Amino acid sequence: MDVILFLTFAIIAVVCAVNVVVQTHPIASAVSLIGVMGSLAVLYLLLGAEFIAAAQVIVYAGAIMVLFVFVIMLLNAGAEARRGRSLMAQVLGVPLLIALLGLLAYFVQRLYPRGTMVHFGGFTGGSAQAVGHALFTTYLLPFEVTSILVLIAIVGAIVLARKELD
Amino acid sequence: MAEVPISWFLTLSAVLFALGVAGFVFRRNIITLFMSIELMLNAVNLSFVTFSYQLKQVNGHLFVFFVMVVAAAEATVGLAIILTIFKNRATLNVDDVSSMKN
Repeated sequence: MDVILFLTFAIIAVVCAVNVVVQTHPIASAVSLIGVMGSLAVLYLLLGAEFIAAAQVIVYAGAIMVLFVFVIMLLNAGAEARRGRSLMAQVLGVPLLIALLGLLAYFVQRLYPRGTMVHFGGFTGGSAQAVGHALFTTYLLPFEVTSILVLIAIVGAIVLARKELD
Repeated sequence: MAEVPISWFLTLSAVLFALGVAGFVFRRNIITLFMSIELMLNAVNLSFVTFSYQLKQVNGHLFVFFVMVVAAAEATVGLAIILTIFKNRATLNVDDVSSMKN
């Protein structure tokens, strides 16, 4: 059952990721990326990360991708113009990428030949309570630093947006 | 076989990361480049959660949380920069934004 779940959503994730790279129109890439993020959220649930799965859907698929789609529509971005590429890139690009993917898969399998087996419910420490407890005890200082980072991001975005006024 | 080997998750993470790198290298649209970066961050997040499962510790989830915050901040500032570039240059092609080259 877990294997079927994993294979289904892993295949969806890989197909959507290929679609992100292949599509020439940005809005098609954005929708495919939402597919990747949704299927990754299901895999997080399989790994027992409830809070991260919820945050993945809310923050990534919800907030960040809405921002992307908003900017694409605001700029009225059309399909990417095809440029002439060098002959070597046309001939060698895709085969070398497939070779890289194969080698990556091979070496990961070699590194973890008899690793842990994952089954649903095997790790229950990923609830919002456990994550929140670790966040406000062990990781309190990094948490406060990220608030400063977000503040800097807000100020930076406002400065970039206001530059045209004066 | 009802259980999934942990190496499958890591392989999926590696494949997604490599596809993100490929998108970053192959594509010329600046928004698609940004989405490739998000794809790479997601692949790394999957690795973090997988190792968190293997070690039975919650720390990996915290790292994913921080990666999400940094990704949100990066997307905000990056898209503001893209808007400014488009206002000044009227193009989204990264090959045309090369005034620092010469």
